[in-house]
Amino acid sequence: MADPILDIRGLSRSFGALKATDDVSLDLRAGEIHALIGPNGAGKSTLIKQISGEIAPDAGEVRLRGRSLAGVDAAGRARLGMARSFQVSSVAPEFTVLQNVVLSAQGASGASFRFFRPVMRDAGLLGTAHDCIAQAGLSGREAVPAAELAHGERRKLEIAMALALRPALFLLDEPMAGMGTEGATALGDLLDGLRHRAPILLVEHDMDAVFRLSDRVSVLVYGRVVATGTPDEIRADPEVQRVYLGEEA
Amino acid sequence: MSAAEVTAMPEGRGGRMTRAQIVNAALALGLIGFGLGAWAMDETFLVTLATKVAILAIAGAGLNLVLGFGGLVSFGHAAYFGLGGYASGILAHHALNYTAMFEWPFVFEGTTSMPVIWLTAMAVGALAALVIGALSLRTTGVYFIMITLAFGQMIFYFAISWPAYGGEDGLPIYVRNGFPGLNTLDPVQFFGLVCVVLFAMLGLISMLARSRFGLALQAARQNRQRLMAVGIRPGGVLLVAFVISGAITALAGALYADLNRFVSPSMLSWHLSGELLVFLILGGTGRLFAPLAGAGLYIALEHLLGGVSDHWQFFFGLLLLGVVLFARGGVIGFLAGGKRHG
Ligand SMILES: Nc1ncnc2c1ncn2[C@@H]1O[C@H](COP(=O)(O)OP(=O)(O)O)[C@@H](O)[C@H]1O
Ligand SMILES: [Mg+2]
Repeated sequence: MADPILDIRGLSRSFGALKATDDVSLDLRAGEIHALIGPNGAGKSTLIKQISGEIAPDAGEVRLRGRSLAGVDAAGRARLGMARSFQVSSVAPEFTVLQNVVLSAQGASGASFRFFRPVMRDAGLLGTAHDCIAQAGLSGREAVPAAELAHGERRKLEIAMALALRPALFLLDEPMAGMGTEGATALGDLLDGLRHRAPILLVEHDMDAVFRLSDRVSVLVYGRVVATGTPDEIRADPEVQRVYLGEEA
Repeated sequence: MSAAEVTAMPEGRGGRMTRAQIVNAALALGLIGFGLGAWAMDETFLVTLATKVAILAIAGAGLNLVLGFGGLVSFGHAAYFGLGGYASGILAHHALNYTAMFEWPFVFEGTTSMPVIWLTAMAVGALAALVIGALSLRTTGVYFIMITLAFGQMIFYFAISWPAYGGEDGLPIYVRNGFPGLNTLDPVQFFGLVCVVLFAMLGLISMLARSRFGLALQAARQNRQRLMAVGIRPGGVLLVAFVISGAITALAGALYADLNRFVSPSMLSWHLSGELLVFLILGGTGRLFAPLAGAGLYIALEHLLGGVSDHWQFFFGLLLLGVVLFARGGVIGFLAGGKRHG
């Protein structure tokens, strides 16, 4: 089997006495959606932040295409193609949809210290941005300030921004949270197609979406991975049923 | 609020001006018209007053770059203003007294040439902003405000206690510095020169705000986490803005020294830092012409209310409170309406 795109080994991170992430190992392979599920407070967001470089792990390492990311900050990891969305949408609220996505394309280009030409007339960045906006299903909303978007549209904007980063992989922290069933289904269809652009590590609460979309599922409980497998294996795992799925029922 | 307008794409298409552009044009013409009108009526004092507004607007424009676009509340911009003033004063002092400023590696006796003084002032302002910015930008919020204030006070007290250039008494410039081809002692010529500098600086800031750099800078004001997540480090972007800002405000300081033909530590005092902030709040933080609108209104009120009551600052305080509470966009926000987006 090909080497994984993302490889996490023995990642640990404590907040005081709380082990938010406890010796977590998992990987993300080309073309797959790998779902990360677990009850609230299991440490899913904390794990994502260690992968994206926002917080440093106490132990363990993250490898991207075999290269260790120790010492690479969040901006550096984004440049390497780690495209992430936040559990609580995080965009530039006063910028329009188009400006937000252009910002992302600009970040990917690595050239922000240019002082003369108007960025909103940069044909290269605009072309990328319009493509990504269309793929995320936001065509026609380019001129709307992000603050005025509906909740679901802001989620789509985050996806468009992730696409504009020329992603090597996606880290999506509950991208469907707070969307209606219809919106969630549409976003699910979008993610379904995206996995072939770049693999997706998907934190998600909606079990129907998780079992429909993912190639593999990892279950996180109290900071530990208690099971990893195909959706069918996870559904059948008695340990998982006891500690997690059982709670939902 | 703020400056999304500046980078919005399809603005001013088809040759029609937006409301904000009309307000800006009115402000520019208002300043020039006032100065020239006063000159035509031989009101030299009013020409000087208009010149003062234009110079303070340049200083405010420097602050606007970091505050309005980058969201950094610097409470120490008097430092750059005063350093620019002292750069001018010290260079002229040596030139006018025929004393060497330094003798190694060559003998340098200062200069009274404005272009040289301006470049020196901007370099000094930029360097100070680089050092102060690099240290201050490690903090955010209230701590950033306090540390910029602290650096400003350090330079203020240094100027007071350094006797070589007048200490507390300040340093006179006996003859206004010169500009090739102009008689800078003629108030209206100096006014014209200052206006050219003002509009050049506003043009520069407008260009910066629309550039890639400006997009990143305005994103840093709104959401630093998001900026990191698209691969751009806010620290570098903000520091570069801080350095440019310091240079622009220092240039204004050099002009101010020439206006008064005098430099003193009061140019470095925190009152001045506060006034620059007030200009922007009055004018509408993040609007390109806010410093001109704010400085104009402030100086007009100081002049008019100051004649009526010794306690004009009290009434001014009420006005400021009103703006903060009821007109967040300041004068320009009030006249031009909210920001247009795209
Ligand atoms: N910065 C922090 N400081 C202290 N505790 C934290 C911090 N971030 C997260 N935690 C704690 O770590 C645990 C895991 O949180 P989180 O990763 O957000 O869980 P999840 O995303 O799975 O709901 C929670 O108990 C949370 O309170
Ligand atoms: Mg979470």
